[in-house]
Amino acid sequence: MTAGLARPGWRMKRLSVLPGFGLTLGFALVYLSMIVLIPLAGVVWRSASLGWPEFWRIATDPRTLNALKISFGGAFIAALVNVVFGTLIAWVLVRYRFPGRRLIDAMVDLPFALPTAVAGIALATLYAPNGWIGSLFAPFGVKIAFTPLGILIALIFIGLPFVVRTVQPVMEEIDREVEEAAATLGADRPQTVWRVILPGLAPAILTGFALAFARAVGEYGSVIFIAGNIPYVSEIAPLLIVIRLEEYNYAAATAIASVMLAISFAVLLVINLIQAWSRRRFGYGS
Amino acid sequence: MDLSIRQVRKEFDHFAALEDVSLDIRSGELIALLGPSGSGKTTFLRLIAGLDMPTGGTILFGEEDASRKSVQERNVGFVFQSYALFRHMTVLDNVGFGLSVRKGAERIARAEIRRRALELLDLVQLSGLEKRYPHQLSGGQRQRVALARAMAIEPRVLLLDEPFGALDAQVRRELRRWLREIHDATGHTTVFVTHDQEEALELADRVVVMNNGRIEQVGAADDVYDRPVSPFVFGFIGESSNLPVRVENRQVWFDDRPLGLDAGDAAGGDALLYFRPHDVELLEGCGGCLAGTVAASRRVAETRRVELEIGVKRRRVEIEVPLDHPAASRSRIAFRPKRWRIFPNGGKSASTGMRHLERDANILAPTES
Repeated sequence: MTAGLARPGWRMKRLSVLPGFGLTLGFALVYLSMIVLIPLAGVVWRSASLGWPEFWRIATDPRTLNALKISFGGAFIAALVNVVFGTLIAWVLVRYRFPGRRLIDAMVDLPFALPTAVAGIALATLYAPNGWIGSLFAPFGVKIAFTPLGILIALIFIGLPFVVRTVQPVMEEIDREVEEAAATLGADRPQTVWRVILPGLAPAILTGFALAFARAVGEYGSVIFIAGNIPYVSEIAPLLIVIRLEEYNYAAATAIASVMLAISFAVLLVINLIQAWSRRRFGYGS
Repeated sequence: MDLSIRQVRKEFDHFAALEDVSLDIRSGELIALLGPSGSGKTTFLRLIAGLDMPTGGTILFGEEDASRKSVQERNVGFVFQSYALFRHMTVLDNVGFGLSVRKGAERIARAEIRRRALELLDLVQLSGLEKRYPHQLSGGQRQRVALARAMAIEPRVLLLDEPFGALDAQVRRELRRWLREIHDATGHTTVFVTHDQEEALELADRVVVMNNGRIEQVGAADDVYDRPVSPFVFGFIGESSNLPVRVENRQVWFDDRPLGLDAGDAAGGDALLYFRPHDVELLEGCGGCLAGTVAASRRVAETRRVELEIGVKRRRVEIEVPLDHPAASRSRIAFRPKRWRIFPNGGKSASTGMRHLERDANILAPTES
C-alpha cells in the first residue's frame, strides 16, 4: 500500500504531460524580476526614504493631485473613446470587404510604431488654431491643441491600436450562426448587436480598454508637445516627474511615481478581476 | 402550418446548390431531408427559414407567400447544428430571448416570459438548470436548450439542421425517441436535415431523399426502402449491390447469359441491376443465375457477408449467406436476387418508367412462400 505512504500537500516533483514547469516558472520569475519587479521596487524604495509625512505632503500637493487627475482622467476618457471607435473600426475591418481594407488594417498599427514625439508634433501642428483641423474649430472658440482637449487627442491616438487589435481577433471568431439564431428568434439588427454580439465581445473590449488605459497613463512623448503643459491645467503626472528630476529632486519624482504605480496597479487589478469573473461565468477559454 | 415549396432554385456564384425543388409539407408532419453532404439539404432548410433567399421559385406558408419575407417575419424555429446558444446568457435567458425581443403590441411582461421559458424547460426536461450557462451543460442538454429556445416563439414551422450530428451514438438514440415524443405532444410542423438514414427512416413521417441539389424521392420509410425510384436512392438507403446487365427479349442478361429474371417491359439495352444483399436465393449450381468466386467474407451479426467476383470482368457484389448454410464454406457460390430493380444505365430521365419494373420475386422463385 504505497499510496498510504504518499504525503499530502504540495509536491513539486510530479510526472506531468507538460514537463518543465519548474524550469519555465523559474525563468519567468527571474525575467519578471529583472525587467519589472526590481526597477519598480527601486521606485518605491527610493520614495520610502522620504519618510511618511514628507511623502504624504508631496503626494497631496495640489499640483501633484491635478497632474494625477489629468493623467488618469484623460487616460480613462481616451480609453472610453477608443473602446467605442476602436470596436467600430474592428467591425468594419472584420465584417466588410472593400478596396483598401488591408491598407487601413495596416494603418491601425502606426501609433504603435511612430516615435511618440513625432506623433505629438504632428498632432500639435494639425490641431493648433491655425492648423488644418484646429482652424475648423477655432471660429467656434474651441481650442484643441495646448489645452486638456489636446492631451485627450494624443492619448486617443496612441491607445487606438490596443482596442482594435484585441477586439478584432475575437470578432473574427464570432459564430455567424449565433447571429442567425438571434434573427430567427425575431431579433432585429440593433437588438442582435446590443444583446448578442457586444456582450460576447465584452471581455475583449475590456482587455482593450485596460491596455489603452495603461498605455495612456504612462504616455509622455506625444502629450508634452500638444498639451501646453500649464501647471494645474494641462500638466500630466509623467511631465511633473520629469520636472522634479530636472530639479534633481529624485525623492519627489519617485514619490509621484509611486502614487501613479499604486493607482495603475489597483485599476489594472480590478479590470483583471472583472475579466476572471466573466471568464468563469461565460466559460470563455474553457 | 402547411408548407408548399414550388420550383425553388438557389445558385451560389453560378453554382446551382438547389435545382427546381418542389415539395408539399402537411401541417403537423415530421419530415426528414436525407442526403449525402453537398446534396443541398441544408441549403433547402435555410431557404425555408429565410436565412438565404432563393434565386427563383416560391415558398408558401399556408396560403401566404413567404419567399421575400425576412427571417424575423417568417417566425420559424431554427435549431443549428452547432446549437448557436448565446453563451453570455443563462439557459433561462436563452429560452426567453425570442419573447424578450418582441416590440410594440406583442411585447410580453417579464414575469410571463419567465413563466413560459420555465414551462418549456420543463417540457425538454431541463428543469432546475435554468440558472446555468451553456458551457456548463452537456452536448445533449445544449441541444435541448436550443430546441426549447426555438419553440418558445411558437414558430409556424420548426427546422432542425443535423440536430443530433454532434452527439454520441447513445445520446442520439435517446434524443431521437424524445424528439418524436415532443413532436407528437406539440404538433409542430417539423423539418430536419440528416445524413443518417437510420435517423431519417426511424423518426420521420416522410423522408425526402436528396442528391446533387435535387429531390430524388419523397415517401414514407417503406416507400424509399422497398420501392426506390432511382439507382441513387437504392444505393443510398440500406445495403445494396449492383451489376451492369443487358435487357433483351424481356430477359436480363449478364455476360451473355440470361439470369432467369423477367425484365417485364423494361426498355432493351444496357441497364443496372440492383438488389439487396439479403434478398437473394442461394442455388446449387445453375444454368440461369449469377455465380462467382468468393473474394472476401466477414461475419456481420447473425449472417455472413460474402463478396463475390462475378463474370469475366470480376465485378464485385455483396450477398448475405446464413451462417449455417453450406454455401458459407464454399469458394464458389451461385445465387439469384429474389427482389430486384432494373434501372437504365446512365440515363436519369428514365427513372420515371421505373415504378412498374418491379417484379414480385415469388413469381420467379416459387420456393419462397
